[in-house]
Amino acid sequence: MDELYRDQILEHYKRPHNFGHLEHPDLEFEDTNPFCGDEQHVTIKLDGDDKVAAVAFEGKGCAISTAATSLLTDELVGMSREELLRLPKDFVLELLGIEISATRMKCAMLGLKIVKSASLGKPAEWEDEGEAGDPSEAVADLGQL
Amino acid sequence: MEPVTAKSPAAPLDVEKIRSAFPALEREVHGQPVAYLDSGASSQRVLASIQSVDRYERRHHSNVHRGSHTLSAEATEAYEGARATVADHIGAADRREVVFVRNATEAINLVARAWGDANVGAGDRILLTEMEHHSNIVPWQQMAERAGAEIDWAPVDDDGLLDMDAFAALLARGPKLVAVTHVSNVLGTENPIAEIARLAHDAGALVLCDGAQAAPKLPLDMAELGVDFYAITGHKLYAPTGIGALWTKLDLLRSMPPFLGGGSMIRKVTKEGTTYADPPARFEAGTPAIAQAIGMASAMRWLDMVGMDAVREHEEQIADYALERVAEVPGLRVFGPPRGPGRLGPVSFEIEGIHAHDVSEILDRHGVAVRAGHHCAQPLMDRLEIAATARASFGVYTTTEEIDRLLDGLEDARKVFGI
Repeated sequence: MDELYRDQILEHYKRPHNFGHLEHPDLEFEDTNPFCGDEQHVTIKLDGDDKVAAVAFEGKGCAISTAATSLLTDELVGMSREELLRLPKDFVLELLGIEISATRMKCAMLGLKIVKSASLGKPAEWEDEGEAGDPSEAVADLGQL
Repeated sequence: MEPVTAKSPAAPLDVEKIRSAFPALEREVHGQPVAYLDSGASSQRVLASIQSVDRYERRHHSNVHRGSHTLSAEATEAYEGARATVADHIGAADRREVVFVRNATEAINLVARAWGDANVGAGDRILLTEMEHHSNIVPWQQMAERAGAEIDWAPVDDDGLLDMDAFAALLARGPKLVAVTHVSNVLGTENPIAEIARLAHDAGALVLCDGAQAAPKLPLDMAELGVDFYAITGHKLYAPTGIGALWTKLDLLRSMPPFLGGGSMIRKVTKEGTTYADPPARFEAGTPAIAQAIGMASAMRWLDMVGMDAVREHEEQIADYALERVAEVPGLRVFGPPRGPGRLGPVSFEIEGIHAHDVSEILDRHGVAVRAGHHCAQPLMDRLEIAATARASFGVYTTTEEIDRLLDGLEDARKVFGI
């Protein structure tokens, strides 16, 4: 437990980074953790090169989902939409630096899923428990954007 | 503890003896005996049920209603005997009023498809309540979409009770059906079903009651409740998954077209068409969950031996003790009616500053199993203006010591989160 709720996680839960809402976002998406109904809303502004200039998120969630999205959004400035779509789940898991059980994986991945959906402009399809359906595979769809 | 009811008490449960009938309670979780406070999601299985399933699978299995050989006759006798036991347990007038289904969800879908599609048309209304489980919402939304019907929602007041004045006002719109839960899976509210049924019938509506939470806790008498359909699931009633029952008055059941088509539910099949069997066979297409039906009946026989009045009293006492204890926790808010006679479990709550998921995760490290989430009741969550609650739900085996362990775990959660 000390591992899961270590100080870094609790710190991001209580004072999440990039928390809020960007006006007139270029990309935005909102989704729900089907496990509990928690919602997050991500807004992204792009620069002249179509790279992330600013990102913000808002919503109510557990320590894991809030900390995961807080940590994730710290890393996104300067990334292209393609790079966002290619972000693997391990990127978030490494940022969290803790073991995430299967039941909490949906919490940990909510922010990443929303970021990818925002860059895709539609819900990113994937299975939270497995490798199949990772939206990084959806890069091929980018041509349709 | 103060007695919670004025009526003469049933003989109290010997909880230690009852616990010995539940092998799963010997499990340890994170080095401690599991304090299983998630029976509202699914109860543990009583040994009598486990053994009857085992005995059937080892010695008596064959298909039912099929052959004249000995094993088929034994299986048929056991399966139909299970139906009679269920009928007896719930106070049905006739065992043919009991249709075996997979769970309460399937029971409600059966009514929505078989009765609903034949009787609800464009512009008709269905009356639900804000405290329904998704299983008693989604089938009606689907049916309303097929029929072009409208759904009304009877509101829940701030004490977690059905607003009966508003309910009566919505009845005046003339719904074809009232679908209401007997006991809320979030609030622990017991709805006044007999009164609801009387009012609904006076207004010309039929009544479906979702008994998934109530059946494990309350003595049931279908005639006394006065409803038209009653849905039960086995896995919350100390029995296996994959089995439940729909009770329906026989005349009504006879008037209903089938739900699923296939073997067993026919009278005669020709290339030109099919005529259907009488109830309950008409509604049991395909080979049923024979062993599970037997397992559910065994659990009901075991409950009858314990005595449902005592089971109800135990539930009220544990809920009362839990409500008394959680009131000590700073920043904890309980959803549902206050302490008092008739207040059942579960006890759903939130703690300011700690998300329900995190509460349940920390409790799990203490060997305390509770559920966190929306409890498949999102319209109710919207009404309460929350996303999720933690929920402690109880069973015949729940002890006050387990509630004390819940409190210890909550104390630790507050410490971890620095609250």
